[in-house]
Amino acid sequence: MQLEEFLEQTAARTPDKVALISGSRHVTYREIETEANQIAHGLIARGVQRGDRVVLFLDNCVEAAVGVWAVLKAGAVFVMANPTTKPDKLAYLLNNSRASCIIAQTKRLRSCGAIWAETPHLRNVVVVGDPADVADCTHSMTGWSNLVAENIEKTQPPVKSCIDVDLAALVYTSGTTGNPKGVMLTHASMVAANRSITTYLRNTPDDIVLNVLPLSFDYGLYQWLMCCNFGGTLVLEKSFTYPHAVLDRMVKLGVTGFPIVPTIVAILLQLDLTKYDLSKLRYFSNTGASFPVEYILKLRKLLPEVTIFSMFGLTECKRVSYLPPEEIDRRTDSVGKAMPNCDTMILDDEGNELGPNEVGELVVRGSNVMNGYWEAPELTAQRLKPGKIPHEMWLYTGDLFRSDDEGFLYWVGRKDDIIKSRGEKVSPREVEDVLHQHSDIAEAAVVGVDDAVLGQAVRAVVRLQPDAELTVRDVQSHCRSFLEDFMVPQQVMFQDALPKTANGKIDKKLLVQA
Amino acid sequence: MPAIENDVREFVTDNFLFGRNSVSLGGDDSLLEEGLIDSTGVLELVMFIEEKFDVAVADEELVPDNLDSINGLISFIEGKLEEAK
Repeated sequence: MQLEEFLEQTAARTPDKVALISGSRHVTYREIETEANQIAHGLIARGVQRGDRVVLFLDNCVEAAVGVWAVLKAGAVFVMANPTTKPDKLAYLLNNSRASCIIAQTKRLRSCGAIWAETPHLRNVVVVGDPADVADCTHSMTGWSNLVAENIEKTQPPVKSCIDVDLAALVYTSGTTGNPKGVMLTHASMVAANRSITTYLRNTPDDIVLNVLPLSFDYGLYQWLMCCNFGGTLVLEKSFTYPHAVLDRMVKLGVTGFPIVPTIVAILLQLDLTKYDLSKLRYFSNTGASFPVEYILKLRKLLPEVTIFSMFGLTECKRVSYLPPEEIDRRTDSVGKAMPNCDTMILDDEGNELGPNEVGELVVRGSNVMNGYWEAPELTAQRLKPGKIPHEMWLYTGDLFRSDDEGFLYWVGRKDDIIKSRGEKVSPREVEDVLHQHSDIAEAAVVGVDDAVLGQAVRAVVRLQPDAELTVRDVQSHCRSFLEDFMVPQQVMFQDALPKTANGKIDKKLLVQA
Repeated sequence: MPAIENDVREFVTDNFLFGRNSVSLGGDDSLLEEGLIDSTGVLELVMFIEEKFDVAVADEELVPDNLDSINGLISFIEGKLEEAK
């Protein structure tokens, strides 16, 4: 089965049901399906072929939700770019994936004039908004609404060209090497993950799920992909920036499911939730970063009727485990056991399986595991290693875990220095590279430090060039012009010398304590 | 430019536009949709309003209508100053 069949089957079953609520727009399954088909035909007519990569550079809007399905229906592979991606990074994504097409909001392309000359593989630019904003674009350009108009009669899906082992998506994720890498996910693996998760969340067509996370973040994206599987309704918000406005909408629309990250809980706990009638709310789900126990306890107290799913996952296999909600008061700090159709093991450095309470690396097997990193065989070999069955690959997560006597899993830490902030991975190396580009910065190191709101905060420790004068704000501004918002250091510290280990490397452990 | 607008624009330019000074921000442009503000930014904005204009902003007033555009901010601040009289 191919991923887009979730939408096609639901649209056939309940065409008039509202699939998506975005701002004042209520969009039915029929409307989503029809527009996705029209756009898919338009993409094919413009030369998008089976297996081509198509980058979506949009905030949380109807076009982003439709666009994902349209790309799949065209037989192509979608690549979500965070809407705060800066031009250099966007050019990297386009070139690394060798994308033939980008679908983007014009306002996001305003400062991207320089990238057109640097992206030789790009053949088509589809814009949402006023094309006059991107007058400097040298590639073939057309408007989203034009594509719909040109294909207004083509309301049925194009003939399918893919099979389920074809790629459905490249999901870019940060790694230790600096440049992000594209996680290759097939239709089969995304279908498998989707089914496992909707099974344990016990989703039904009556569910109305609120998504405040970016669709470029796989946790946010899956809310939409899953809704289209179980036939529910997704309330798509651009962010959780205005919590009161979002909570009002939750009450008004009768939201039943709220996927969160610890940052959102931190904000929720600062509000007076008793002002809101959340009696329709059935569950919270948490992933992306370890869920602080105190948050769970407070949420349980405030909203005892709401089920909490504490989960663990990584982009390389989407999701690993969930804690059955009936265990939440007994094993509050556990992320549970492997989800349906997925196996986990905790192994030592020699590959021996460890017993209860021993700390080792979490290893995952299942249909949900990625096929590797796009065009990065060496990095792939570090994460995917042969399993017991010939040709089967196991995913070595880089996360350290232990289990209790009954096999419940507990996250201990990372094997590498990857930072998890706001639920997203931040590569210290990527931030350091940007800091080193500043001529006033002689040396910089980036570490993650525990933070109640962010999970981990990004801390930059900087040694300036002699006589250079920079403020915290200057350093953040510099980072902000090259990095996505979630990677910009919240803490900037200046030091005359960075501490070094015996072999001359920067001692990051000391920087964390500083 | 009237004083309130001047102060608001200066704050937004200094704090949210960073290296993006070339972006010409219209009075009704959404700070959120332009990618200029996040939840931390909202708190900075509230602190600025409270300190600069000596008014108190209630939790319930933290909504896009009041805070998400230059024009929204101006009328919100004007309303608060009127209330305080």
